Amino acid sequence: MATTSRIAAPPEGGTTAGRAMPGVRRDSSRRVRPPRIAGDVRGALWLIAPLAIFMLVFFVMPIASLLSRSAWDPVVTRTFPATAVALKGWGGDSVPPPATFATLAHDIEAADAAGTLGDAAARLNQDAPGMRALLMRTRRQLARANGTDALPDLMAVDSRWGEVAIWKTLARSLSPLTASYLLRAADHTETADGHVVALAPDEGVYLGVLGRTIWMSAVVTSLVTLLGFPLSYWLTSLPERRQQRVMMAILIPFWTSILVRIAAWMVVLPREGLVNKVLMSLHLIDSPVALLYNRTGVYISMVHILIPFMVLPVFAVMRGIPRSYQMAAISLGSHPFGAFWRVYVPQTLPGVAAGAMLVFVSALGYYIAPALLGGAGDQMLSYYIAYFTNTAINWGFAAALSALLLVATGVLFALYRVLVAVFPAYKGV
Amino acid sequence: MRIKYLLLATAALACSQFAFARPLSVVNYGGTLADAQQSAFIEPFRKATGIDVVATSYSGEQAKVKAMVDAHQVSWDVVEVESTDVGRGCDAGMYERIDWHAVPDQPKLAPEARTECGVGLFAWANAFAYNTKLTRNAPQSWADFWDTTKYPGKRGMRKTARGNLEFALMADGVKPADVYKVLATSAGVDRAFRKLDALRPQIQWWDAGAQPAQFLVAGDVAMSTVFTGRIITAQKAGQPLDIVWNGAISDYDYWVVPKGSENIAEALKFINYSIGAQQQADFLARQPGGPANTAALAKMTPEQLKNLPNTPEHRKVGLPNSREFWDEHGDDLDQRFAAWAAH
Repeated sequence: MATTSRIAAPPEGGTTAGRAMPGVRRDSSRRVRPPRIAGDVRGALWLIAPLAIFMLVFFVMPIASLLSRSAWDPVVTRTFPATAVALKGWGGDSVPPPATFATLAHDIEAADAAGTLGDAAARLNQDAPGMRALLMRTRRQLARANGTDALPDLMAVDSRWGEVAIWKTLARSLSPLTASYLLRAADHTETADGHVVALAPDEGVYLGVLGRTIWMSAVVTSLVTLLGFPLSYWLTSLPERRQQRVMMAILIPFWTSILVRIAAWMVVLPREGLVNKVLMSLHLIDSPVALLYNRTGVYISMVHILIPFMVLPVFAVMRGIPRSYQMAAISLGSHPFGAFWRVYVPQTLPGVAAGAMLVFVSALGYYIAPALLGGAGDQMLSYYIAYFTNTAINWGFAAALSALLLVATGVLFALYRVLVAVFPAYKGV
Repeated sequence: MRIKYLLLATAALACSQFAFARPLSVVNYGGTLADAQQSAFIEPFRKATGIDVVATSYSGEQAKVKAMVDAHQVSWDVVEVESTDVGRGCDAGMYERIDWHAVPDQPKLAPEARTECGVGLFAWANAFAYNTKLTRNAPQSWADFWDTTKYPGKRGMRKTARGNLEFALMADGVKPADVYKVLATSAGVDRAFRKLDALRPQIQWWDAGAQPAQFLVAGDVAMSTVFTGRIITAQKAGQPLDIVWNGAISDYDYWVVPKGSENIAEALKFINYSIGAQQQADFLARQPGGPANTAALAKMTPEQLKNLPNTPEHRKVGLPNSREFWDEHGDDLDQRFAAWAAH
């Protein structure tokens, strides 16, 4: 996107400039530029085509198809086709006619034989807890007694089939377009009557987890900035040879697998680990400090993993700032700290902003470090996305949580762009 | 002449594509369990039948099986799964239904080891254990597990609803036989979560079966819920750990065949071979647990028999996992537990 707009910009600018400027300049711009630009655009499009197609096929489409699962789930319609037809004209004021009961019983039996009942039950349970138990119990009873009259059959299995609310839930779930995954991700649910209500505090936890994710990312970003800025500053003051050596010390861990680095912390941080032993032998502490399976351990490892993302851009910017500016300020009567704070630091802000953005956005998606080094209260949103994808196999809800994280990241990024527009000096990316 | 040879060669090559069908792929949980299966099932099966078998391991996540089945690209033939997955996966059409005619040894199986889509492999139990060096006064029951004044220290627990809710009810005084009856009511579920609330500050969660033994040996936790097999293996290695069988939940691991496997016949042949009495005894000599085939009991040592999850004595004080209960209520309880544990 950025590439095309940058290429598209000059001809427009060129023509307006041409219109505004009289005489010779106008002619020269006409003579030289237009043919070359047309060729440039076409050539550039060809050049970016492989990347654009690659991005579309391997990045945009999978994400779109995954996110669509959060709102589009036709499994119930596919599983109960006859019931879907039978319930089409149903008003929802009273229990449907006996024929519909029979249709549903047949659909349940057919789905059981085809092995699709489980997925449909999972979706119905998402819409109204308890539906899975009801369907599974019904299935078991239907398999035992092969009844001819379906109404007493279903009613005998569970009196809940006589409730209008159950049928309303079923009718609602028959529509492939659903809001229940997204609502639940935002700690809300839809009742059988179609009202949206907030979940009880012990059930609706995901907005809280999102808040925790953002808070933890912000803390990590601040810590990384506090540690990374002096480190980069010190790095620029070193002679070139030593600079390279220190840079390697930063880069080699950066190239090491994250899993290895986390496993290393699991050896260093426990109660009987290196850190506690050293601190105890130095008599700094009397009993071991809990550094693992809590927030501290997560922060330590995340700061360690993410600090190169701060040091590299900040160092790149700092290297381009001549020291003579500070000296000039001091020679003009500034306090040395004032020269550093008011002359040097503002010039590094683009690097700091870029680094902070990189660190913050990477931290938002962190999964392995909290999962292995944190406790139950330190898990970030990605942990739950992985849990519902791999363990609970509720892909619709996993997609809804992913959408939540994506939207939150997008909003934060937009906020950042607004801040950049208001304070242009902080512009980094 | 040349062309004829060329044609023959091409034909031979085409045929070889069929002749070199991929070997039977068996997937298990890895670690010592995989080693035990390799020497008790896979090597002798290969020798006895000439069928090539390749064993790989996974961490038990059914998402991978679902992805294979959904994409019609099934490269696994026999997969070891936990009892919680065997019913759910069957309902969701992820596994083939077992053709019991192809499993001639099935009459010898324990009744719990026969399900619609899964054949029991071996029994194990979900119980709790403690470090005998650090906890001198041996705990007796789940009430002791919850008693943090009498037994101070952290408690290791697996981060799942399964097991923990039952343990909480037993700690609250529910008899093992009534646990699933109480848990089927919403008042019973609330009661279990309230009991878990009381222990929450002391809980250190674990995910992998190897973790509890590490926690206990390192003294990180005073007691932990455990898979019994792991603790018995650790005991054999000389670790000072002991299991409390009172209130243990016995359970099975099952073999399933992912739907759409192209080697169903060989897969069932392998499954049938693995439940033979001799193979079961060989396997359990290396991997602690109870046999799915009751005939294997006669081939086991007294030492082994003491640690079985499904002996009459252990059965009296514990309970079998209810697959039916978890099949019906699993989704609700899992979701509530995930939310509860997020605080």
